[in-house]
This record gives sequence, C-alpha cells and structure tokens, in this order.
Amino acid sequence: MLSTLQPPRSLSLLPLRRFQISKTIVSAASSKTIDTSVISPPQSQILTTRRSLLSGETTAVEIAKSYLSRIRLTEPQLKCFLHVSENVLKDAQEIDQRIAKGEELGPLAGVLIGVKDNICTQGMPSTAASRILEHYRPPFDATAVKKIKELGGIVVGKTNMDEFGMGSTTEASAFQVTANPWDLSRVPGGSSGGSAAAVAARQCMVSLGSDTGGSVRQPASFCGVVGLKPTYGRVSRFGLMAYASSLDVIGCFGSTVADAGMLLHAISGYDRFDSTSSKQDVPEFQSQFLSVDHFESKPLNGVKVGIIRETLEDGVDSGVRSATQEAASHLEALGCILTEVSLPSFSLGLPAYYVIASSESSSNLSRYDGVRYGNQVMAEELNKLYECSRGEGFGGEVKMRILMGTYALSAGYYDAYYKRAQQVRTLIRKDFKAALEQNDILISPAAPSAAYKIGEKKDDPLAMYAGDIMTVNVNLAGLPAMVLPCGLVEGGPSGLPVGLQMIGAAFDEEKLLKVGHIFEQTLKGSSFVPPLLANVA
Amino acid sequence: MSTTLLRTIQLNQFSLLGTSLLRRRRSNNFSVRSCGSQTTTTHEAKQSSPTRVAPKNHKSNQLDEILRDYEAVIGIETHVQLSTLTKAFCSCSNNYGSYPNTSICPVCMGLPGALPVLNSKVVEFGVRLGLALNCDLSLKSKFDRKQYFYPDLPKGYQISQFDIPIASGGYVDVDIPLEFGGGHRRFGITRVHMEEDAGKLLHSDTGDYSQVDLNRAGVPLLEIVSEPDMRSGIEAAEYACEMQRIARYLGVSNGNMQEGSLRCDVNISIRPIGQAEFGTKVEIKNLNAFSAISRAIDFEISRQALLYNQGKADQIVTETRLWEEGAQKTVTMRKKEGLADYRYFPEPDLPEVILTQEYVDSIRASLPELPEAKRRRYEAMGLGMQDVLFLANDVSVAEYFDAVIGKGAEVKLAANWIMSDIAAYLKNEKLSINDIKLTPQELAELIAAIKDGTISGKIGKEILFELLAKGGTVKGMIKAKDLVQITDPAEIEKMVIQVVSENPKQLEQYRSGKTKLQGYFAGQVMKMSKGKANPGLLNKILLEKLNAKD
Repeated sequence: MLSTLQPPRSLSLLPLRRFQISKTIVSAASSKTIDTSVISPPQSQILTTRRSLLSGETTAVEIAKSYLSRIRLTEPQLKCFLHVSENVLKDAQEIDQRIAKGEELGPLAGVLIGVKDNICTQGMPSTAASRILEHYRPPFDATAVKKIKELGGIVVGKTNMDEFGMGSTTEASAFQVTANPWDLSRVPGGSSGGSAAAVAARQCMVSLGSDTGGSVRQPASFCGVVGLKPTYGRVSRFGLMAYASSLDVIGCFGSTVADAGMLLHAISGYDRFDSTSSKQDVPEFQSQFLSVDHFESKPLNGVKVGIIRETLEDGVDSGVRSATQEAASHLEALGCILTEVSLPSFSLGLPAYYVIASSESSSNLSRYDGVRYGNQVMAEELNKLYECSRGEGFGGEVKMRILMGTYALSAGYYDAYYKRAQQVRTLIRKDFKAALEQNDILISPAAPSAAYKIGEKKDDPLAMYAGDIMTVNVNLAGLPAMVLPCGLVEGGPSGLPVGLQMIGAAFDEEKLLKVGHIFEQTLKGSSFVPPLLANVA
Repeated sequence: MSTTLLRTIQLNQFSLLGTSLLRRRRSNNFSVRSCGSQTTTTHEAKQSSPTRVAPKNHKSNQLDEILRDYEAVIGIETHVQLSTLTKAFCSCSNNYGSYPNTSICPVCMGLPGALPVLNSKVVEFGVRLGLALNCDLSLKSKFDRKQYFYPDLPKGYQISQFDIPIASGGYVDVDIPLEFGGGHRRFGITRVHMEEDAGKLLHSDTGDYSQVDLNRAGVPLLEIVSEPDMRSGIEAAEYACEMQRIARYLGVSNGNMQEGSLRCDVNISIRPIGQAEFGTKVEIKNLNAFSAISRAIDFEISRQALLYNQGKADQIVTETRLWEEGAQKTVTMRKKEGLADYRYFPEPDLPEVILTQEYVDSIRASLPELPEAKRRRYEAMGLGMQDVLFLANDVSVAEYFDAVIGKGAEVKLAANWIMSDIAAYLKNEKLSINDIKLTPQELAELIAAIKDGTISGKIGKEILFELLAKGGTVKGMIKAKDLVQITDPAEIEKMVIQVVSENPKQLEQYRSGKTKLQGYFAGQVMKMSKGKANPGLLNKILLEKLNAKD
C-alpha cells in the first residue's frame, strides 16, 4: 500500500504522551532544531483513521469521543472554536453503521474536520467571527463542506478567525482570542488561527481555512502544522464569505503533508456555482505519499529549487533565516538543485495587496447592511439603520479596511490606487512565471518571525501588515503554496515552530505535495507537537 | 397683493403649458400608432381624450413664439427587462407577478458566500439587440460592480457593465407618423450593456415600514443609451416605441411598459438656437407610456424655455424630475449635489465575456426581419406610410400580413382588411392577432373570392367575423350558406322587375323626380337576393328599369 502507514496505533482517550517532545533542545542561542531522531516521521491522520476503522480496531464513535474530550480539555485555554457541532457523535455513529453493514466508505470517513467560520455550514452558525453575523446560520453548505460531507468527513465545529479574514493574529475576532498551543501567551497567527491551532492541538485531524494574503500559511507556520493554499480556482469559493474575491482561496491544514493533500483532493474541482473555479483536472495526489522505506537515496534528485533572495533580507528574524537555510540544505541533501532567484517586484506586493484586498472587501462587505439578515439595529430612518447596524456590527480592523477600500475606489483615486495595484499584480505574476520557468518550486520563509505575543502588534497595524510580506505575492499571482514546519526557534516553553513556504506553478500542487512530503518524512526531529498537549495529559 | 398676483400668473402659466402643448402636439393617432398592445391603446386613448379637447388659449401663441427660439437636446436611457426563463446570475425563475419573495435564492438574496454565475441567454440577447441596433460588439467585455446602498439592492452593488459594454456605437431608424409631420430620422445609440435589476420596495399604507420583495432582484436587463439626438417629445416617443418594437421583434422582452419591462428615463436640456454648448441637463423619470414621454418632454421644454425667457435660466438645475400623470407636469424628485460616485470596479466573481466571431455571425444570421427593414419593404410594395407604420408596428400583425400576401393576396386589399375590420374586431374583443381563428390562408382566399366576384364585399364582411371567431374555410362557408354572388344579369333583371312592379307608388315618386329612391329599390332587390346580387350589375339594371319609358 502506498502510504505513510506506520504500525497502527489506537487513538486512546489521551494518546498525547506519545507526542511528548524530549527536552533535548540544544542551547537556546543556536536556535537549532530539536534532536528527536528517535521519533518516527509523522503519519497521516486520515490514513490512520481509515486503516483502524476498516480493521475494526476502533470505531468512529470512539475516535470522535477522544477528540471531543480533548476539545473539552484544551478549549478553555486555546479557544480555537466558536462553535462545536452537536452532531459529531451522531455523524460518527452513521459511519459505524455503514461499516457494520459493509457499505462503501468515503475516503474521509470518520475524519474530524474543523471548518473556518467564514465557510458556510448548513444550519450551523457561520459568522466569519463578526458581530454583524452573530447567530447567522446559512441555508446551504459551501461546496467544499458539501464535498467533505459526501466523502464521510465529520465537521467538528467552526474555528475562530480574524473578523472576515482581516488580520494576521486571530485577535480581530469579535468573540474571542485564540492562543497558540506552543505558547499560550502567543498568537496562533491568522486569519485562520483557529483552524491552525485546532490541528496543532489535535482537536481535529484536519481543518479548512481560507487564504487571501497568507491566512492559511502564516498560522500554519506559527502553529507548526502544514498549511496548503491551492491555486486560485482549484477549490470552489461558493460558500466562502468573500473578503477579496480575486485573492480568496479555501485552503487546508493537516499535521502532515499527506493529510493536507488528501483534504485538498477532496474539496478540489470545478463547481458550476463558482465561475472562477477551474476545469483543470485534479490529479490523484495520494500516489505521492510514499512511506519512507520506499524512498530512494536521493528521492528529490534533480528537482530545481529556487530560494527567493528578497525573502531573506533585512526584516527577517535570524532564527527564521537560519531555519530556512537549513531547510534548503536539507532539500539539497535530498537531491534538489538549489539556486538563488530574485523577484524584482517582490517588495511591491504588500502595498498592492492591501489596495486590492481592501477595495474588494469594501464592496464585498456592502451586503452586510442589516436589512435581510444578521445584526439589525432598529432605527427611525434608513441611513441610520445602515449606520448603526454596520457601525455596531463591524470591528475596528474591518471598518479600517472598508474605509481604505472605499477611498481607493473613489472617483479620481481609482487610477492611482486600484488600477496601479492591478498593474503591479501583473508584474508580480510575470516575475513568478519567469522564476518558475527556471525552477520547479520556489522556497521562502512563511513569515518574517515565529509567533509573537498576544497584543504585541495590536496597536500597530502596519507592523502586522508587514508580517504578510512573505505570502501576499503568492495570492496576487494566484499560485499554489504550502507551508510546512521546518524547525524551531527560541521562545515559549519548548521552542516555537518555523514554517518553510514552498511555491509552485499554477495547478501544480502535486509537485509541492511530493517535495513537501519527502521533506517532512526525512526531516530529523520532525514531530512538531506542541507542549500544551503534554501539559494537559 | 403683488406677490400673490405674480404667483397666480406663474401658476397659470404652468398649468396652461400642459394643455396648450398637448393641443399643439398631440393627436388622437399618436398613441394608437405607437402602442403595440391593443388593450393599452384603448386605455391610453381614453385617458388622454379630455385634454385633447382643451380650448385654445390665447397664451399658446405667445408660448409658440418663445419656443421658436430654443432647441431641445434629448437623450434616452432605456431599460429592457429580458424574457429569459431564469434570472441573470442564478437559476431562479424570472416570473413577473409572483407572490413576493417566492422566486429567490441565496445568490439573488446576496447571502454571504453566494456567487453569481452568468446566464448565457443574457449574452445572447445582448448580442441580438446590439446587432439589431447596428452596434459594434465587444468581443471581449466584462462586468463591473456599481456600488450604492439601498434596501432593494441585496449585495450593496449592482452587477453591470461600465467601461466596456457588450455593444456600442449603433443607430436606429424611425419614421415619424404623418400627423406629426412625417419624415425619417436616424438616432445614434451610444451603448448597450447588460446588468441586473434590483428588487422592489413595498411601502406600508401608514408609512411606518417598508417591505422588500426580491423577486425582481437579479432579473436581467439590457440598458440602451441613446445619443442626445432627439429634439422633440414626438421624436423621443417614437424612439422609445421603436425600442419596444425591436425588443418584441427580437423576442428578447415583452416590452410591456405597465409591468416595467420597458423603462425609459429621459435626459433633456434646451439651448437657444445657434448655441453650440448644451444647456443644463434634467432627467425625467416615471414615464410609463409613450404618450407620457412625449408630453413630459414637451412640458419640460416649455418650462425651461419660459425660465430662459424670463431671465431665470439659473433656476434650471441638474436634477431628477418625476412626471406626474395626473397633473400632467414634472416635479422635482431630487437635486443632484455633484456626481454620484458609484465606485465602479471590475466584478471579480465573473470572468470576462468573450465572444467568438462565429458566435456573433450565427446570431446575426438568425435575426428576424427588423421593423425598419419591414417598413422599407412595405413602402416599396406601394403601401402608404400610414399603412406601413400600422402594419410594421406589431410584429404579430406584420407576420400575419406577410403570411396573407405570401398566399397571393393583393397587397393593398390585404392591408385594408387587416387595418380596418380585423383591427376593429381585435380592439372590441381585446384580442391579439395571434388569437384569431382566421388563418392568413383563408384571409387570402376571402380577398380572392371578393376580387373574382364569387362573393360580394358585403357578404365577405359578414363571413369575416364568423371566420375570425370560429375559423373554417371561406370555400366551405360560401358553399354551406349558399353565398355565391349572383352575377347573371337575367336573374338580377328578374328580381328588379319584380321589385319595381311590386312598388308602383315609389316608382311614380321616383319618376316624378325623387331619384334618391333608387337606394330604396336597390335595397329591396338586395334583400330579395339575400345580399348575393352583384351590386354593380344590380344598380346598372335597376337604373335601366327605373328610367325606362314604358
């Protein structure tokens, strides 16, 4: 069987001790990765679940119970979920009944999935972490959610996020602040912070996020999980509450590359309800996930990897830089041909991104007017109704971006801002195209730093925006990218994870998954399990 | 006192304007000619009759003199609601008159996460209309968002086309009815673009609350913007009429103004004749009939001309005015303070609209004969302009007429039958020509039967109504009712002799000079023949007998 299957292990109520990291962090000063060579490579939760269900070793209900109890234990500290489904056990029972009857099982049968709160789930609260949609329950499932359910996946609940995806820390949620499982005083990143932290804390096996400017990749980096942002158009956006329509994609989190890849496979494909979804074939990614003992000596022989020069310049933490360089060395050791590439337009991406994203969001968020659904403030007069409903419904960050976007689209400013940003976008796309003609993949850090403290950048939006520099260009170019943990830096009780970003050519997620999987399975000390889990146990 | 007087005078002037203009410019025929729907026609004509007979006022001459110095510049924005089965961006059915909020879905309600998907019929209809209006088509166009807040606009923006409309730079030809001076005009078409309609607000009687009906939200529209080429109310109304005709000929819309399927907003300014730059532009809305367009414009021209004339040109401001049908005047709806900023930007949820030349060519090849081509063809067939305009006005009538002449009927005769007896019948019965049982084939037969003398014209008329209502064949009916005309002089002579001999008193009166009694004798003979006697022969023989000196 082509898989990363290891000797099966049962998911006991608290299997957490197995993940305990040996306290062998080399001196803090060197920020070296932990020597955990004794730990076996991470294994796919999806495949493990399937295996243990099919073998009758455990039941879907048992697995679900163990995850629910872990949620109960960890959630008071983490606050990853805005809503936990009441139907998890019922859904799991259905899976068990199917197994009992010998019926065909979907590839995600019994897999527990967290869904970012801006992705519509029928009958389940979906608020995009905004007051303006408090208690809103959509009448339909997002296409991605619908596909997951059809394949047997169980939606565990709705994960916390920055309101409407606007933020990089999950602090901009209207309802709660999520903590980073590696250090509860730190942010999990954002905007899909809840989805990343939930996977890191094993509150669910995999999760869906959305990535407009790095909202899947940066929290993946902060939380030490795999975050996969597919090519724009690969996954239907139907049911994803729009932030910036031309940049938004639904992405996947997993504790392994294989999990993220299999979840992506499940949700990919053309959707007639999204005119921007692509008709490109979705390859069977699973064949890429060979187990370690099937690897050749140089499994990535000849793969051309370009390391983006501009991402390792000033403004990037030294720990992050060295982790990235070590990751590059590791790729070389696997047979990759490493070269340095330059993207001249790189630094233009951030301002262009903020103009485009704010402009589109100012328009996309117009529908939240309090007239048909969501928060409505009673008023004597129409404009007052708009003013109060929106004024009370939106948080500060959202209001700021609506104002910026409205300004950028105003008559007389359109050419100077929106149009110019689109021209920059074309440049960025060109530069990436050229770099990807010379290389199979490009690599960079996922963020300039590891997770920072809660509140640290709250009053300094520009500093927070600057943290998106590694990721926004990829959205502007519409390319696929994956972030996977590549090392730890000093910080927190047992170090903080650092993510490596791999960027591929449009619709070539397959290559990212292949390289990412081999990288992950061969990385020494590759078990990125946060210390919180040990403490809870 | 003086102020009061002044006010009174002004008021009078305004109230007089409407009537004096109407008398001057409107005529009975206008609305009949212009409105496609028969029922509407009747309604219109009745509604307008009181103002038509308004007494001539001495002030109108004065006004005419003032008006002579100014020229109006008029452009029209027409919204045509498309008769697609489903809405523009979702699969909700596009039904007029459904119970509120029964034809809605997450997409047209603007629910979070819902995305628009373009209905290809909208593009097809856009191309059809663009071609019919002689426009250049954009093989690559796109959608944009027009942003404003209003409760009937679920998404907070309308999906429309901004800088690259699907069609632009065309023209339309119209014929002005003879009673308005006649003549042929060509008006430029600036652009045609695709967009979606908004919902409707239903206001409570008390004014305490309003309700939103989103059935219409997302219904596809084509907006046609004309060049400012029109100069009078009549020209504008004729232009609007032609838009309706074209939409109906193409089958892209029912063009019904009452239902709002065809909506016209007029932009109008006036300037002293000889002045090159345009005057201040005023927009007029709430024009629910072609006659309203004409009258509102004429009212507005007079209003503005008077203000100019009184040195109050500064009181003409950029604004939107509403036409009040009851008061027959325009009133301020809202003044525009600067240009509204709709913050247009390209709709990121929809890909560009790419048309291939083959697609455009195939649609061009499938276009029906359009009103202008029909009119020119009818004209070339020798029909008078009155007939031409009548027949080409309604596509169903035109098709019927074409079918009748296609069956060999003589053109002028066919036109007369359709325009007089059949039109009257349709009007009385409130039917469309598609509802009648008389096939074009049988009308051609009927015309032929009269022409070759098989039946008399009088009999023809009689059986026409039966054919209209019940159908059947002309031949069958002639046979069944024994209606063949008597053309045998001997037989007619026999009846004449009998009638003359049975009426000696009248004969004596006739011969003593009361010659109009000829009609009496003719009637008697006709009666005897059960209406079948050939009238020409009958009269000829009757005269011979009456005047015979025996």
